[in-house]
Amino acid sequence: MLAYVLRRLGSALVTVWLMSMLIFLLVRMVGDPAYLLMPPEATEADRQLFREQLGLADPVPLQYARFLLGMLRGDMGNSFHFGAPALSMALTRLGSSLVLVGISLALALIVGLAMGVASAVRRDGWIDRFNTLFAVLGQAAPPFFVALLLIRLFSVQWGWLPTGGYGSWRHLILPVCALAWYSAAGIARLTRANMLTVLDADYIRMARIKGLPEHVVIGTHALRNAALPIVAFTASQFGVLIGGAVAIETVFSWPGFGSLMVEAISTLDFTVVQAAVIVSVLLFVSINLAVDVLYAVVDPRIRYRT
Amino acid sequence: MKARFVVLGGVLVAIVAASVFAPWLSPVDPNAIDLSATFQSPGWHHWFGTDQMGRDVFTRTLYGGRISLSIAFCAVLLAGFFGAIAGLLSAYLGGAFDATLMRVVDAQYALPPVFLAMLIVGICGPSVTNIVIVVTLANWGRFARIIRAEALSLRERDFILIARLAGAKPLYVVWRHLLPNVRNTFAVLLTLDIGLVIFMEAALSFVGLGVQPPDPSWGGMIADGRNYLDTAWWLSALPGLVLIATVLCSNRIGESLQRGEGAAR
Amino acid sequence: MNILSVQDLVVQTPAARLVDGVSFAVRAGRTLGLVGESGSGKSVTCLSVLGLPPRGVQVSEGRILFDGEDLRTQTPAQLNALRGREIGMILQDPMTSLNPLLTIGRQITEMFRYRDGIASRAERRARAIDLLRRVRIPAPESRLDSYPHQFSGGMRQRVAIAINLACNPRLLIADEPTTALDITVRLQILDLLREVQSERGTAIVLVTHDLHLVRRYCDDVAVMYAGLIVEQGPVEAVFARPRHPYTKGLLGAVPRLRDLQHRLTVIPGQPPLPGSIAQGCRFAPRCPRAQADCASTYPAMRALDSQRSVACWHPEPSAAASDSLLAATTS
Repeated sequence: MLAYVLRRLGSALVTVWLMSMLIFLLVRMVGDPAYLLMPPEATEADRQLFREQLGLADPVPLQYARFLLGMLRGDMGNSFHFGAPALSMALTRLGSSLVLVGISLALALIVGLAMGVASAVRRDGWIDRFNTLFAVLGQAAPPFFVALLLIRLFSVQWGWLPTGGYGSWRHLILPVCALAWYSAAGIARLTRANMLTVLDADYIRMARIKGLPEHVVIGTHALRNAALPIVAFTASQFGVLIGGAVAIETVFSWPGFGSLMVEAISTLDFTVVQAAVIVSVLLFVSINLAVDVLYAVVDPRIRYRT
Repeated sequence: MKARFVVLGGVLVAIVAASVFAPWLSPVDPNAIDLSATFQSPGWHHWFGTDQMGRDVFTRTLYGGRISLSIAFCAVLLAGFFGAIAGLLSAYLGGAFDATLMRVVDAQYALPPVFLAMLIVGICGPSVTNIVIVVTLANWGRFARIIRAEALSLRERDFILIARLAGAKPLYVVWRHLLPNVRNTFAVLLTLDIGLVIFMEAALSFVGLGVQPPDPSWGGMIADGRNYLDTAWWLSALPGLVLIATVLCSNRIGESLQRGEGAAR
Repeated sequence: MNILSVQDLVVQTPAARLVDGVSFAVRAGRTLGLVGESGSGKSVTCLSVLGLPPRGVQVSEGRILFDGEDLRTQTPAQLNALRGREIGMILQDPMTSLNPLLTIGRQITEMFRYRDGIASRAERRARAIDLLRRVRIPAPESRLDSYPHQFSGGMRQRVAIAINLACNPRLLIADEPTTALDITVRLQILDLLREVQSERGTAIVLVTHDLHLVRRYCDDVAVMYAGLIVEQGPVEAVFARPRHPYTKGLLGAVPRLRDLQHRLTVIPGQPPLPGSIAQGCRFAPRCPRAQADCASTYPAMRALDSQRSVACWHPEPSAAASDSLLAATTS
């Protein structure tokens, strides 16, 4: 088990390192900040001074080494525009996005699992039909569009909830619903499909032959065996929702990670972009690692095999 | 079952055809401004109404469809093609090639596609070509992974072994033997991917990093209508509904194929 | 006293009748062998007795009397109470009948926990160890925490038996319990079942297509063909003098160790598919003794004596004019 975890960890570190190189190079490809960020009247001497100040005059490998060391120390430079440390900006905004995405995903998981199990257990019943409609629509409607519809209905027409902003639990409801629907749809369908397959298995029949109560058959036996792909899918939805949150944050004026990226890219604030990407990569790599480990914990065959 | 397949296919084909034949269906310039006819609700002259600059929303939806759909089809085909070849080679060759490729795909999964897309568009500028490139890059890994898994399970089968014993070169085995057998999975993936890519492009356009105004795109139009939700609901709603219909049909068709109900087997 | 008495059982899907009027009975302490080809309806019959037909399949007619009570009239809750306590079943494939994600111990003790309400974990474990020892699994204390994939096929089947023993069932249905196992292991498993039977007087229904096993382990035999029973009676009698042409053909197809010159009989043709409704006897198209009335009217089961019955218009002659087929299955 330990060997498995270590191997995955090593893999993850390699990925982070590769991505750090990639973002470093990409950002430098955009152009010379001395030209992009300084007014056109600046002299060459000024530009050279600017470059030296930012450490841009040194050879690229040296810059990368400095970047890497800085990353390890937690120092990723300061925002060109705000002067604040890029890393802390990224982390703060990430925090508020995580609140949004985390709650959405939790809601999606609960709703999706419940719907999927209910559909599988009462196949082709009215609840199954309703759930299928819910899921199919949920996967066809972009979250930001759903968000607009929700705003139209709940904020503009009935005035129950605010149209945007950040602060109280009321501000959370609409964005969470918009985001969660998409994921809940996918989770519900996957759960239903997996449960149906599992419910046909011999060991489920055996569980019934044993005379176990139905909730044990469904809960302990069926769901546990159907769970792994659902877990992996939910984890992958995390990335999807962070991406989807970009548009949602714009709609609701939510000060999140996605809107940070949009602003930083639009204003060519490279240090912030770098910091944001690295933070993002670390986050996703950690999640994938956690999923791999969880797989091994739940399914004993994996940890004995690899 | 088959009837449903036909209906879905029909709707999808209708939308695609409408976009392709836009100039004939609606011989009006989508960008033509008419300030005397702003905010007209849907009616006889303007089937989908007009927007804040008096532009006909129906025409813009059709032309937007042209752009959004062509980006989607190109990106899906490119990502699919390169991803599938990569996945097949990876499965077949194994070893260092496989390990490296999977690391690269993992790296691609380390960043949400939208961020990657935003980065590249931010660096290289938002042109339609760039959007296609970006969406392809964000997407190929999916194909590579899934096709690789399929191919891996096929690789152990006898007919591959026989080909190798006969001395066939790797690329030949991949092309002649592996490829036809993953065709089904591939077709399903392609169809299911269309919806994802349309979403991606719409999201990019919505935040302003996709198709630039005044060119219409579904995402862009939804964004434009944001501020007029209560007064001119049709600006966002109608292009949005067309988008939903397109994605819904292609998703359902993909799922039917997955279940083996497709007519074209 | 019949522990189980199935009467005129009909099991069907919307498209076809898989079991078309089957009747048999088992007494305490006796073993009934249910013999037939794949697709004859043996497994479906067994699952239906337990009230767990496969999806899309339903019991539409007949009575299933367990100790006098018709199981078809019981509520799901009542049926569930019977399962695992009075009636047990061993499935064919030991690989898939155990949940791969739970330990063996857990899969045994959960019965004690949920069904018997035993709260003490220690006591549950002790009982489980006892059971494993009973089915001769070595080092049961440590095996309790093992997972199914760490056991061999034979051991897994022993665990399945242990699970079924956990409550002293009066009836045990074994659906081809040894088909998926090595030959050497088969006899061990069946010997174990026989031990259990002699200890506790369990009635056993052994579903199989292996006639050697029927000869060795069964007291009575019922031969199924295309969803119907065509012959039944005590094993010795039926094997020595099979009356139904199908039974005779089956026995003739068994290779004989002692008579290497014997030509194996071949029954030409294929069994009919479920859903193809024949007018008369279903075996008639393949039967060497078929005559005109065979194809037009279906032969109902007729008692030949107090213990044997056969469903045939023109059964084999009763005098021992044919070979002693009993010799075939003496091993």
